[in-house]
Amino acid sequence: MDKTVLVIEDEPNIIEAISFILSRDGWRVATHSNGVDAVSAVGARKPDLVILDVMLPGRSGYDILRDLRAATETADLPVLMLTARGQTKDREMAESLGASRFMAKPFSNSEVLEAVRDLVRP
Amino acid sequence: MASLNLLVFVCLGYVAVLFLVAFGAERAAMRGQAAWLRSPMVYTLSLSIYCTAWTFYGAVGYAARSGMEYLTIYIGPSLMMIGWFWAVRKLVRIGRSQNITSIADLISSRYGKSTLLGVLVTGLAVVGTTPYIALQLQSVTLSVASFSVADATVRPLDDQNSTALWVAVGLAFFTVLFGTRNLDANERHHGVVMAIAVEAVVKLFALLAVGVFVVWGIGGGIGATMDRIDASSLGDWQVQPDRWMALSALSAAAFLCLPRMFQVLVVENEDERHLRTAAWAFPLYLLAMSLFVVPIAVVGLDLMPAGTNPDLFVLSVPLAEGRNGLALLSFLGGFSSATSMVIVASIALSTMVSNHIVMPIWLSRQQAGAMVSGDVRNIVILSRRFSIVGVLALGYLYYRISGGSTALAAIGLISFSGVAQFLPALIGGIFWRGANRVGALAGLVTGGLVWLWCLFLPSFGPDVVIPAGTMAEGPFGMGWLKPYALFGIPGLDPLVHGVFWSLSLNALVFVTASVFTFPTPLERLQGAQFVNVFDHTAPTRGWSGGMAQSEDLMIMAQRILGATEAQDLFRRAALDQGLEGYLPEPTPAFLLQLERELAGSVGAATAHAMIAQITGGANISVEDLLAVADETAQIMEHSSQLEAKSAELTRTARQLRTANEKLTALSVQKDAFLSQISHELRTPMTSIRAFSEILRDAEDLEGEAKAKYAGIIHGEAIRLTRLLDDLLDLSVLENGQVRMNIAPGRLSDFLDHAVAATGADRGKLRLHREGREDTVLVTDGDRLAQVFINLIANAQKYCDAPEPTLTIGARAVDGLLMIDFVDNGTGVAPDQQDMIFEKFARVGEQQAGGAGLGLAICREIMARLGGSITYLPGQQGAAFRVTLPLRDAMAAQ
Amino acid sequence: MSDLRNRLFLGRGSYRQRRLADAARLMPILGGVLLMLPLLWPRQGIGEASEVPPTSSAMIYIFGVWVALVLASLYLSHNLDPTETEARGDDDPSRGG
Repeated sequence: MDKTVLVIEDEPNIIEAISFILSRDGWRVATHSNGVDAVSAVGARKPDLVILDVMLPGRSGYDILRDLRAATETADLPVLMLTARGQTKDREMAESLGASRFMAKPFSNSEVLEAVRDLVRP
Repeated sequence: MASLNLLVFVCLGYVAVLFLVAFGAERAAMRGQAAWLRSPMVYTLSLSIYCTAWTFYGAVGYAARSGMEYLTIYIGPSLMMIGWFWAVRKLVRIGRSQNITSIADLISSRYGKSTLLGVLVTGLAVVGTTPYIALQLQSVTLSVASFSVADATVRPLDDQNSTALWVAVGLAFFTVLFGTRNLDANERHHGVVMAIAVEAVVKLFALLAVGVFVVWGIGGGIGATMDRIDASSLGDWQVQPDRWMALSALSAAAFLCLPRMFQVLVVENEDERHLRTAAWAFPLYLLAMSLFVVPIAVVGLDLMPAGTNPDLFVLSVPLAEGRNGLALLSFLGGFSSATSMVIVASIALSTMVSNHIVMPIWLSRQQAGAMVSGDVRNIVILSRRFSIVGVLALGYLYYRISGGSTALAAIGLISFSGVAQFLPALIGGIFWRGANRVGALAGLVTGGLVWLWCLFLPSFGPDVVIPAGTMAEGPFGMGWLKPYALFGIPGLDPLVHGVFWSLSLNALVFVTASVFTFPTPLERLQGAQFVNVFDHTAPTRGWSGGMAQSEDLMIMAQRILGATEAQDLFRRAALDQGLEGYLPEPTPAFLLQLERELAGSVGAATAHAMIAQITGGANISVEDLLAVADETAQIMEHSSQLEAKSAELTRTARQLRTANEKLTALSVQKDAFLSQISHELRTPMTSIRAFSEILRDAEDLEGEAKAKYAGIIHGEAIRLTRLLDDLLDLSVLENGQVRMNIAPGRLSDFLDHAVAATGADRGKLRLHREGREDTVLVTDGDRLAQVFINLIANAQKYCDAPEPTLTIGARAVDGLLMIDFVDNGTGVAPDQQDMIFEKFARVGEQQAGGAGLGLAICREIMARLGGSITYLPGQQGAAFRVTLPLRDAMAAQ
Repeated sequence: MSDLRNRLFLGRGSYRQRRLADAARLMPILGGVLLMLPLLWPRQGIGEASEVPPTSSAMIYIFGVWVALVLASLYLSHNLDPTETEARGDDDPSRGG
């Protein structure tokens, strides 16, 4: 298993936690921490999965998701959305924009692993 | 024999006393003890700058040459003051209600705030006054010289020019020091006025002393002196009726029109009621000044050898009689007359030159309006200082070039007739609504040209400017243009001829041009304002507000009035409108008030132009035009009521819209609040949960990694605690359940504590601390420091300048301590300034660590401490003002 | 009744004020005429030499007029209350009268 996950998130501690969990499970983890050039980062790294935070400096995660879905090569890319707000309307927003999975912070580590494994079937 | 050294010594001592008087008066005025400085008597005495050295010394010489004719110079102004109810009262009222700064300002303001008229009047005033200043320098020089002739111990002064130069330099120094101390013409020149009042007493006393000595000491009493007069060459009544009438009228006109007289009469007038004292006291002063002139002249002609200059009898008669003390006093009298005239004349001229020539040029070079960098205040003061030096330099140059010749003696009346050219435009302007700008311009130009041709240029003597042939035959053989016989009417006295033709043609052209041209709306408004000044309780309606940006106005006002005055003005205006903070609605009333305040500093035309630049120049509305067209009072009132109502409605609507926008924004914020709280709590929780699960599940972790992850958990837990603390703090503060630990403490200690807590003394941010940090406050020091910490931390986080600098300035104003925190970053955008004190209202796109509660907490703390914290607009960077009441602090000291 | 008398009294006061203002306006004209009067006297070179008044008489006349004007001005300005006439709005010469 040699799949890449791109984590787009701005809280350094959360990045570190996710990287730790996923790399122990055998994933290759790339990180990116601002919203402005997140879309081009996805294009450059060509990950198999993107973990995307909603509140990012410079650009909202929803906008990034909309761009990813609009582009042909990333239209079907699995995207796991994370948010610290967790209200229903956030979930609805994410789903209507085409998020593959939506998860509220704080999450349990096993939940994340499960979701990632689920989204990227070998 | 009087020693020249003694003279110089006494003279310097006298000047030192004058400096002390002026300085003391300024100090007293600053402490608010100006009441006694501004008694009606001081006002009356200050008017005595009408009596210059030309009248002090020259009147006796005049009488020795032409008998009683010298009296005309005093009769005109006396009648003018006795008739104060006509013109003087009206001028003073207009001057006060319109914040007039000079005669050029009055004429320019009356005729539609015309810049061109201001320039013209200023130019003519400078040309007319320069020889007069030269005359004063000459009189001091001559009087010093007459002492040195009498003093056998020193060689005669071979270089009289150096005396004149030193006098000019000294006067420039004094005038710059006390004449340009404050900018706002409202505040007036207390020091200068007090000094010239003292000089007025000295010169009157000196002349009376010489007179008493001559009548009783030499003449042998009143009867004997009268006999002596009748027996002398002046014994018969010999005045020429034409000169008597022309000179009386001329001196009356000059009394109103001379720039220096206008300065003391109108600009420096503190209280209109002072006129009621001056109405009788000033004619009395002039009477006393002229009482002994003929006796001194007659005794001088009797005693002194033939060929002695009669202009210096006041000095030479006591000297010849060996009365050195009296001669010294007389010298001081002449010195006072000369210096007080030069000081006030150069202040008046510098105001005119600066406001009507320098400022318009400067303004026209600033294409972007008043928004560009640079402090206008400094420019105005600087230009005034240079103008003062320039005016005195011109006077000195004129003195040098004319060689101190006797031709100067005639220049007094030439000067008078030059400035008298303002009279038609001035009197027409305040009594006749039909007078307009074109008329005033045409009249002034005509009168000025005739004056130049018939009086000023010939005064240099034949062949100096005008060739003798032209004087005799007219230019190019045109006989009707002979300078002393215009239109082929010969035989008139040259002065009467020049005064008659220049003023008649001036008035004729002024009236004719006014009748046949149309004024602009602004001229008509100003005309109504000036002519009916006593009817107007309501001020001019000029600006239609709404388009002007209050913040732009504030920035401009700060540059001209100074930061404190401008902020105070804006805050009071905002308060009057029932608004918080420093930005009032730009209502017409407020714009008008602001324009007047600015006019006091830079003149009406410039102030008008500056506001026009910001408001887009839409100063006259259709309603205004209608109001001018329908001159019946009823319709005017009706339309003004309508306009006021519609303006009121517009304003109310705008206030409602603002309130609504704010409410909507608040409700959005309320929603955002919950979502924010959620976010702020969940983010640290995420890290805590993730790492604690890692620590629990991963058995193979090394010690180092374990410690690191535990550290992260610890840090995030603290972050959570801090957030909860802040929330709790805020809620406690908002509910008023907090107890304050009130104790006295020094402001500098609180600030030091805050600086240390934020590490601002070591970081990238540079700190400037200034002002009264030694103030002792009775307050909750920890809470106050908390506010300071927040403000400093904000500057650390948000100031985006390449070299971030935070200036902390403390000032005490009206029992309030104001501590300003101003950084040099981009500041807060105007639409967000209202919101930054709300909870979670971080400006821009998040992410600087805090939860956005800091300023909300600050606001609550300051409210609990009885003070306030506000955002200060228009300060380059982000600026916060912390205000605390100071009265308790004083009581505790 | 007392109300009526009160108003009557005020009327008299303001009437007096207006007449005083008239007098104040007249003063410079009167003064001007008096001070121009000496121009009608015979003078050196014109008229009989014996009729030319001596300078001392001229001084006494002119300064006498001057002192009288000062005293009159003192009286008027002290009895004039500018606010009184102003409130009536009838002190503006431009309005005619």
